[in-house]
Amino acid sequence: MKILVCISKVPDTTSKINFVDNNSKFDQNGVQYIVNPYDEWYALVRALELVESNGGTVTTITVGNSSDDPTIRKALAIGANDAVRINANPTDSYFVAKQIADYAANEDYDIIMTGKETIDYNGSQIGSMLSALLEMPFVSLASKLETEGSKAVLERDVQGGLEVVEVDFPFVLSASKGMAEQRIPNMRGIMAARTKPLKVIEPVEQKALTSVVKFELPNPKTGCKYVDPENMEELVELLHNESKVI
Amino acid sequence: MSVLVFVEIKDKLTKAVQETITYGKSLGNVTLLTYGDVSDSLLLETGNFGAEHVLICKSINERNEQLLSNLIINAVKKYNCEYIVLSQDQTGKAVGPRVAANLEAGHISGAISFPEKSDEFIVKTNVFSGKAIAFVSVHTPIKVISILPNSIPPKENKTTALITEINEDLGEARIKVKELKPLGDGIPLPEAELVVSAGRGLKGPENWGIVEELANSLGATTACSRPVADIGWRPHHEHVGQTGVAIRPNLYIAAGISGAIQHLAGVNGSKVIVVINTDPEAPFFKAADYGIIGDAFEVLPRLTSAINNFKSSQ
Repeated sequence: MKILVCISKVPDTTSKINFVDNNSKFDQNGVQYIVNPYDEWYALVRALELVESNGGTVTTITVGNSSDDPTIRKALAIGANDAVRINANPTDSYFVAKQIADYAANEDYDIIMTGKETIDYNGSQIGSMLSALLEMPFVSLASKLETEGSKAVLERDVQGGLEVVEVDFPFVLSASKGMAEQRIPNMRGIMAARTKPLKVIEPVEQKALTSVVKFELPNPKTGCKYVDPENMEELVELLHNESKVI
Repeated sequence: MSVLVFVEIKDKLTKAVQETITYGKSLGNVTLLTYGDVSDSLLLETGNFGAEHVLICKSINERNEQLLSNLIINAVKKYNCEYIVLSQDQTGKAVGPRVAANLEAGHISGAISFPEKSDEFIVKTNVFSGKAIAFVSVHTPIKVISILPNSIPPKENKTTALITEINEDLGEARIKVKELKPLGDGIPLPEAELVVSAGRGLKGPENWGIVEELANSLGATTACSRPVADIGWRPHHEHVGQTGVAIRPNLYIAAGISGAIQHLAGVNGSKVIVVINTDPEAPFFKAADYGIIGDAFEVLPRLTSAINNFKSSQ
């Protein structure tokens, strides 16, 4: 079994979000980067579990520059066999999907996994775009994955429920909560990660189809109005007459 | 401008459907595309929000992203559409980027506003899990816009919808649906206007009755914090926050949740936040509109009966 897991670097979930250069750029000052939780906790760990029980390899792929290497090494420490980094600044989702598709097209992966979204841009786009570019089926928002020979049975989140679906290899999936449990890399994994192969390849040419013009922070709340815990009639009155939400 | 609006319709025109048509109508002439077993009367109702032409493909009877993507792409080509508008729900997330990539069109993922008044096509989206807003510009002639539920107020715009049944060869579905496990009849969290949520302060799954009773009285959807989903007190699909579901209801009531930054990221799109906590120092109060310093075990039942009295007096 040959699995490709798309890994993205994102600011730690506790990061304060600020912008610089006239609100056009994310302020990286003091920000700790982590592997996107959906890529790591669910996609990567499930890929490793499958390979551990069925044999095979897990490769990670990232579109980014050398500042992504520490997070790629983290994924290798958790257990991926090797990594590919496409040496480019990820300009938009289509650019990223195009780079990954171009690489994956010649590699015969059985399963290509992404997290359901990254926690920075929350686009939820790469998996779906990859499936278009590679002409593969796409199982979105999968929370369970079992394989049997060259087919897979998955559970995915759909409007109003969970759907159980079956699909033959190769296919693309986006992983959501429930697919696996987070793994903490051990010392042996961390040591081994230092010497695992990290292949850096140059990007194919592709213009960005979209761009972020500027950022804005949401208006802060103006202050909390406290209501007597004995007097819920007052709260109902406020919700009805003041904020008009009920 | 020719706009293709893709929606899923079951037994009524949900708010998400109304929002999507409203958005499409703001951009130009709306051709609505849908599939499955939908009654003519419901299809005609889409005219109330501005759909002039309704295309229905009855031969697709399950949600398959490959068939739906092909259906959309064929319609875009046939009707020379410049805009494709859909809802950023589970189906939208599977189909929107696929359609965009196929057409090499720029995709707005999770639009929360109508386009800015500008020479460029610029739309706002939520980024950093709701901690910031990005203004995204699309550079391609065809634009795909997936709108975040509960972001666009639906607006009536009466016209008479003309219905055309279409039947096309869309290829064979490569994903086979074996079973659907329904999650109940409630409104899914991302679309819910009212949400009641609870966390570790509730002390155990056996105590969720008071949360559910309040939700029932309000007609709200229930949610929970991450620790509660992780220890199995509540199902994962109820977890709201940065690594769970992001929601933007009109009213979010949180009981026994301290308000860690990761939780706030998933809920700070809520219009009004009510926080119930015994700890006056809980960080959640800083993000709240209304705060109640008190024990959820007493406050929730009291609030439920106040809501019931209010409803019966209406």
